[in-house]
Amino acid sequence: MQIEDLKALAEKHKSSRKKITMRACMSAGCMSSRADVIKKNLETAVKEQGLEVAVEVRRVGCMGFCGQGPLIGVDGLSAKEKLFEFVKPDDASAIVGSLKGGKCDVQVGNPDHPFFAKQFKIVRANGGIIDPERIDDYIAIGGYTALHQVLTEMQPAQVVDEVTKSGLRGRGGAGFPTGLKWGTVAKSPGAKKYIICNGDEGDPGAFMDRSVLESDPHLVLEGMAIAAYAVGADQGFLYVRAEYPLAISRLQTAIKQAKQLGLLGSGIFETPFNFNVDIRIGAGAFVCGEETALMASVEGKRGTPRPRPPFPAASGLFGCPTLINNVETFANITAIINRGGEWYAGIGTEKSKGTKVFALTGKISNNGLIEVPMGIPLRQIIMEMGGGAPDGRQVKSVQTGGPSGGCIPAAYLDTPVDYESLGKLGSIMGSGGMVVMDDTTNMVEIAKFYMEFCKDESCGKCIPCRAGTAQMENLLNKIIARQATARDLAKLEELCDMVKNTSLCGLGQTAPNPVLSTLKYFRSEYEELLQPDKFGPRANPTETVTK
Amino acid sequence: MKNADADTYMSAILTIAEKPTAKPAADLKHGSGDKRFKILEVHMKKHQFKQDALIEVLHKAQELFGYLEDDVLLFVAHHLKLPPSRVYGVATFYHFFTLKPQGEHTCVVCLGTACYVKGADKVVAAVEQLTKIKPGETTPDNKVSLLTARCIGACGIAPAVTYDGQVAAKQTPEATVARVKSWMGI
Repeated sequence: MQIEDLKALAEKHKSSRKKITMRACMSAGCMSSRADVIKKNLETAVKEQGLEVAVEVRRVGCMGFCGQGPLIGVDGLSAKEKLFEFVKPDDASAIVGSLKGGKCDVQVGNPDHPFFAKQFKIVRANGGIIDPERIDDYIAIGGYTALHQVLTEMQPAQVVDEVTKSGLRGRGGAGFPTGLKWGTVAKSPGAKKYIICNGDEGDPGAFMDRSVLESDPHLVLEGMAIAAYAVGADQGFLYVRAEYPLAISRLQTAIKQAKQLGLLGSGIFETPFNFNVDIRIGAGAFVCGEETALMASVEGKRGTPRPRPPFPAASGLFGCPTLINNVETFANITAIINRGGEWYAGIGTEKSKGTKVFALTGKISNNGLIEVPMGIPLRQIIMEMGGGAPDGRQVKSVQTGGPSGGCIPAAYLDTPVDYESLGKLGSIMGSGGMVVMDDTTNMVEIAKFYMEFCKDESCGKCIPCRAGTAQMENLLNKIIARQATARDLAKLEELCDMVKNTSLCGLGQTAPNPVLSTLKYFRSEYEELLQPDKFGPRANPTETVTK
Repeated sequence: MKNADADTYMSAILTIAEKPTAKPAADLKHGSGDKRFKILEVHMKKHQFKQDALIEVLHKAQELFGYLEDDVLLFVAHHLKLPPSRVYGVATFYHFFTLKPQGEHTCVVCLGTACYVKGADKVVAAVEQLTKIKPGETTPDNKVSLLTARCIGACGIAPAVTYDGQVAAKQTPEATVARVKSWMGI
C-alpha cells in the first residue's frame, strides 16, 4: 500500500456514492430498538419504490441523540440533513416515500437545535457519517493519510512535539499532558515498548468511548499507530470492556480490514515501521481502568493496582516501557497531525485545550452524546443543549466524573467546564459522564449508591479502601435509616479523610468524593436525617478516638 | 460439578495427572469426551497457550459452557501451565465470570447511575418481589436468573434491561415483570 493506492481507493469509493444517503444509526442504543430491522426494511422499501439508482442506505455509528432513537438521517435531499426520530420498523416505507414528497408522520428533528448547533466535533466528526464496518468509508474521508504523513515526512520526535504543542491532556480523567507522557516513553530505554488503549470505560453513566469505538474504530487504530511510531513501539493492545460486544466485533473487523490493506502489520506504507494491535477483553472490574491494574489484566492476572513508581512509562506491561492513553485521547491524534498542534491549541481554554465528549444522561430532556469545546459554561450544556430537567422539574445538581467525581449544585452552573474549574468545586472532569439530577433526587441516596459501587469494585488489595468503603457504606445506610447521630456523621467525615489520603490507587483515593461533595453542598439533607444524641454532643469527636 | 458425575470427574483428573509434563498436546482429551473441551483447546492453541491469554480463554470457556465449573478451570490451568490457584483467582476476581450455572433465561438490570436515577432500583425490586430471588440468584425451577450490571453504556436509553443478551430500552417495572412472567409461564 502506498499513498497513491490509498488515494485511488478513496476516489473509487467516493465515485460509487449515490445522490441521496439514508444513514441508519446502528449503535448499541438504537440497536436495542431494532435498528437492524429498520435498516433492512429501508433497503427493501428503496427497492420496492424503485429508488435504487439514487438512494443508498448506509449503516452508521452513533449520531449522538440517543434519547430520541432510533435515528435515521437523510443527506442530499435538501441543503440541511433531515433527521427522523423514534423510528419504528414499520415506518420504513413512509420514510422512503417522503423522499419523493410522500406523506410521513414520523417525528422530524431540528438540526438547528442547540443540542447539535453548539457542538464542535473533532473526535466524533465521523460518528453517524461513515460506516464503521467499512474501511473504504474511512479512507474516503481522508483516513490513514495522517499516518502516512507521520511515517514519511516526520521524525518520531517531531510527532511528540506536535502533540505537546497541541496541549492535549489525557481524556481518561486525570488530565495528564499527553505530549509529556509520549516524550517520557519515547526517551525510556528499551528495545520492546507497548502501546495500550484504555477502553475500560467503567464509570457508570458514561458511554463516550463505546460510541467512538462503535462508530469510528479506525480513528482510534490510526491514533494508536501514530503513537507507536512516536514512542518506538511495535505492539499495541486495545483493552475493551466485555459489556461492549458491538464495539469488540467492530474493532475486530476494523483490525482485519486494516491488516488486509497493509495499514497495520509489517512494513506499513512500505516503511520499516511495524505495528500490530491485539484486542484484550475486560471482564467486568471497574478498578481495571487504573493503569497498573489494567496492565495486570492485559497480562491475564487479577486486576489489582501496584504502587507507582515505577511508572508505566519506565516499566509497564511485561516490564517494558508502556504508553497508556484513553480511547478519546487517541481519537484526537489524527486531527492534531492533519491540522497541526497550533490549530488544536486554539480551541478551549488556557490550560484545557481542545474539545471534550460528554454523555448527558439522567433527568434531562435531551439524552445523548455531545462534543463541545473546553471552557463552555455548564449551564449551556445542561440548560440549552440538554433542555434542562423534563416534566417541569428543576435541575438540582450535576454529577460529573462518576464514582470518583462529585455533585455540582445548580448554583454553580455558570462554572466553565475545564479540568481546573471542576476540580475547584470538589469534582473532576472524569471521562465525561454527566448525570443530571432533578429536585426529586435524594443526595444522601446518591452518595450511598456510589459508596456501594466503590465497595463492590474495591479490589481488596489495600486496607483503607477495602475496609473504609465498607464502613462508610454502613454509616450512610445508618443515616438513611434515621438511626445515626451527629457523632456518626463526624465519623463518616473522618473516614472520608482517611480513605482519601491513605489508599493505594485512584479508586480509593477518590471514593469519598461523592460523599464529600454532597456534604459540602447538601449538608442539610444529611442533618435532617440525624437523630439527637442520647449521650450529649462531644466537644471534639476525633479526640476520644485517638486517645 | 452438577452435570458431571463423580467418575467422569475423577477420570478427567487422572487423565491430566498422568501427563504432567506432556506438551500442550493434541492427544490430550478431557475424560468426559465432551467436544466443548476440544473447542476450548483449539482456542488456547490459537493463543499459542500463552499464559497472558488466560482471560481470553476464560471468556471462551464461559461462552461454551455457560459458566466455569471446577473441571473447566483445571483443564485451562493444565493447558496454560498455570497453578489452579491462579486460574481460580482470576475467575473469581472478575464480575463477568460466573462459577454457578445460570437459569434458562437471564434478566440483567443495569444499575449504572443514569439507570439508577431513572428508577432501575424499582425495576429490580419488582422482579425480586415476583421471583422471590435476589440479584445473582436463579429461581428454584432453573427458569430465570436475575442479575445486575454496573452500566452497560446504554445511558441514553435508561433504564436499560438486557433480556437473554438483547438490550431493551426505557424499561418500567411493569414491562420487566411482564417479560419475566412470560418466561416463568405465569
